[in-house]
Amino acid sequence: MVYGGSEAAHLFRRKFSALFMMQFMLLFSRQGKLRLQKWYVPLSDKEKKKITRELVQTVLARKPKMCSFLEWRDLKIVYKRYASLYFCCAIEDQDNELITLEIIHRYVELLDKYFGSVCELDIIFNFEKAYFILDEFLLGGEAQETSKKNVLKAIEQADLLQENIDFQMRLFAGRQRCRDPSQRAGGNWTHINTFSIIVILLIITL
Amino acid sequence: MPAPIRLRELIRTIRTARTQAEEREMIQKECAAIRSSFREEDNTYRCRNVAKLLYMHMLGYPAHFGQLECLKLIASQKFTDKRIGYLGAMLLLDERQDVHLLMTNCIKNDLNHSTQYVQGLALCTLGCMGSSEMCRDLAGEVEKLLKTSNSYLRKKAALCAVHVIRKVPELMEMFLPATKNLLSEKNHGVLHTSVVLLTEMCERSPDMLAHFRKLVPQLVRILKNLIMSGYSPEHDVSGISDPFLQVRILRLLRILGKSDDDSSEAMNDILAQVATNTETSKNVGNAILYETVLTIMDIKSESGLRVLAINILGRFLLNNDKNIRYVALTSLLKTVQTDHNAVQRHRSTIVDCLKDLDVSIKRRAMELSFALVNGNNIRGMMKELLYFLDSCDPEFKADCASGVFLAAEKYAPSKRWHIDTIMRVLTTAGSYVRDDSVPNLIQLITNSVEMHAYTVQRLYKALLDDISQQPLVQVASWCIGEYGDLLVSGQCEEEEPIQVTEDEVLDVLEGLLVSNLSTPVTRGYSLTAIMKLSTRFSSVNRIKKVVSIYGSSIDVELQQRAVEYNALFKKYDHMRPALLERMPIMEKTASNGPTEIVQTNGETEPSTVEAKHPPPVTQPTSQANDLLDLLGGNDVVPVIQTTIPTKPASAGGELLDLLGDLSLSGGPAPAPAPSVPTSQPPFLLDGLTSQPLFNDIAAAGIPSMTAYNKNGLKIDFTFERANPNPNIAVITIHASNSTEAEMTDFVFQAAVPKTFQLQLLSPSSNVVPALNQGTVTQVIRVLNPQKQQLRMRIKLTYTHKGSAVQDLAEVNNFPPQSWQ
Repeated sequence: MVYGGSEAAHLFRRKFSALFMMQFMLLFSRQGKLRLQKWYVPLSDKEKKKITRELVQTVLARKPKMCSFLEWRDLKIVYKRYASLYFCCAIEDQDNELITLEIIHRYVELLDKYFGSVCELDIIFNFEKAYFILDEFLLGGEAQETSKKNVLKAIEQADLLQENIDFQMRLFAGRQRCRDPSQRAGGNWTHINTFSIIVILLIITL
Repeated sequence: MPAPIRLRELIRTIRTARTQAEEREMIQKECAAIRSSFREEDNTYRCRNVAKLLYMHMLGYPAHFGQLECLKLIASQKFTDKRIGYLGAMLLLDERQDVHLLMTNCIKNDLNHSTQYVQGLALCTLGCMGSSEMCRDLAGEVEKLLKTSNSYLRKKAALCAVHVIRKVPELMEMFLPATKNLLSEKNHGVLHTSVVLLTEMCERSPDMLAHFRKLVPQLVRILKNLIMSGYSPEHDVSGISDPFLQVRILRLLRILGKSDDDSSEAMNDILAQVATNTETSKNVGNAILYETVLTIMDIKSESGLRVLAINILGRFLLNNDKNIRYVALTSLLKTVQTDHNAVQRHRSTIVDCLKDLDVSIKRRAMELSFALVNGNNIRGMMKELLYFLDSCDPEFKADCASGVFLAAEKYAPSKRWHIDTIMRVLTTAGSYVRDDSVPNLIQLITNSVEMHAYTVQRLYKALLDDISQQPLVQVASWCIGEYGDLLVSGQCEEEEPIQVTEDEVLDVLEGLLVSNLSTPVTRGYSLTAIMKLSTRFSSVNRIKKVVSIYGSSIDVELQQRAVEYNALFKKYDHMRPALLERMPIMEKTASNGPTEIVQTNGETEPSTVEAKHPPPVTQPTSQANDLLDLLGGNDVVPVIQTTIPTKPASAGGELLDLLGDLSLSGGPAPAPAPSVPTSQPPFLLDGLTSQPLFNDIAAAGIPSMTAYNKNGLKIDFTFERANPNPNIAVITIHASNSTEAEMTDFVFQAAVPKTFQLQLLSPSSNVVPALNQGTVTQVIRVLNPQKQQLRMRIKLTYTHKGSAVQDLAEVNNFPPQSWQ
């Protein structure tokens, strides 16, 4: 065993135990209601709840003029408020706080593009979509894609795949249902167009 | 069965709930419906039900009963089901769930699925919550996907590999071949994740680090292309091309260049380029600059570059954005040790940050300011810091006060300045200072002989202004007691002398005795001060009266003190002047002085008052012997006969013992244990405060243990925790002898690791009687500030049947309660 086995390697690892990685991300409202939680470290449900409660309290208590960083336990908390929602990330001591702010901002931009001027209600009613977008942007606490376009493209195509298969299922089952009202009329014109084309095509072939 | 309500419908309904109870009721009803649907193995609505469950989970309601349903969804053929199933798995399952075994198979199938989005879901889930077993089982699949040409999968696989390596570092080697072509990729997503993967590998293994050093030129080229290339809409963030990738590359360069000359050399130019060419009007540009600065400071960079880096931080300090200022202070704090002078140039800006409204920034600025204090700027800096101490929030005061003390001790330009500074701290933040600041200041004052008159005047004035700051009042009482004669004589060249009469001084001290603001410790200080004044002032009768009044005080401590002083007046008046003579100059021991003092004061009350007793130590032996007699006849104080075998039989030493007895009921003699020099007042105090040890209050719940049992000698340890300071474990050893001959010249010694401090008090005897007819007890006090596991090495010497015996032993089996 060359790597990781020797004692020197072990010491080395301990010395650099502080790795750069986002530990978790929380979205919560001004009233302290949790809107989204993504944990990249394994913790028990109880612990997660405790941390969430503590952080929500601490962040909400801060005045708007204060800086976006907070030292908490041995982590750094980077948070930013967008309208009524707080986006809050926990990073390691060695990590770059300023770029974390950019990551938060990028996620907000992605939500905004996807929902079309996003608001808290969009995230409440379509929380699963908010998760899908986050998972297409971050993986294991690291950004996996630096291009906005690529993230949105991937989400749209996955959405399409979902609708497509659902549609076929429903068609073959013989009980066509109207679309899920969750889809906002404004935000998804492209989907609707593609969707209707597929509908037409399928009807023709049948 | 009717179709269950839709997710959005449920969310809408729950949001109409007006009270918590109403919401809970709705959720319980829905949960019941979902459970029964799960029981019926309903496939059509499983997805919808799990989604609803996830919403309730976010509201804080239990949803673990949906775990298995998530797995069923993952195994389904429908993409919608899989999407929700994987999402549910990430939210509801944590690493320790047994269901992981079931999941591994599902993920394995999906990693080989024909649709990239299904593969993507599996990778994402594995990278988010894969346990080490899962990682072991699926690493091969991840590695395969890392080599595909599909960039959508490749980037996800790279981050998945990072997760695998974090979980199971031994698997790192497996990914080595796949890293070969990663950096030649054009897709930024893949590039970014590859750099993350390389960083992770380099950080975890020195061999990998050495291996990847050859990538520096390639990384430099990529970075150069990024900053040189024109506008590319896809990766642009307010005028900067792919900041995420830039930051990641800079971070990898930092790790590769750390303590390696060649690599550092190879990246100097590009770092200078990034540092000078980056647009700084937006946060994103500053994020890159910040990362560049950190890299420059960490690698072996040229000195010019380092100055450039510090100047960037200096500019950050002037930025309007608080976040940037915060980051600047944090990084300056990291570099202040290595580049002290460069940071020093930004001192005034840093000091200005003390006035910032943001607490995070204030704290950093304060820490940095203290780091910048040196002999040249101490006066100016301290003025700012004292001003800060005046106005800052209570949460800062303790840290700021101890910072001022430390800096003043290190760099004080004069003694007068030093005393003034400490007094200023005590007047402004008295209730926030650490316990040891009182004895420290007293020591400082006694040592500066020429300042006595000045100090006592200043303190007297301070007392007239305010008697609420207890540490200040204590120091002031002590000084008035010691130097009361200087106070009333009004001889002080340095300041306008004040005219005080003896009665006025006594009024003030008596005021302290009756004031509600005074703590018991303060009262003790003030009574002792009054007593001392009986030899310095002419109004002895008034003092006698005060002392006798407190002979019936309900405060036992104060009462005892008064009774003793009363006895001095009545029976031993001829000794009073000698006993109450001025304190000798206290030498601070370099090695263990300060910590010992801390410990002493952690013990609270009795110690501080006792501080006034040591003077007789310096008295000639004859008087000491008188004292010995005198105390023998004093029935107020039960004298416990102690023998101290390790101690030289000097009069001073015995006197120490006597004083111990004199001042406290039945306390054991202070410990002139081998490591403890006898003439140290702080140690004397220590010994005195050990009085509660013999109260036989068995430490609640700490079981005793046998530390040594050999050749008929058995040593047991019993434990108790010193009440005022939970970091101190008090161990009483009981040595017994089961042989038929007694053991003489018995000496017990102990040693502890450096993180602990140990103090051995004197043993009850140096003879261990035969046939278990009695025990020798000795008290060990162990200061364990870090609460580490207690370990001890003991050394025993004794004479048994005429031959000297010596033995060493290690004690490692202390009960956890004794040190936790």
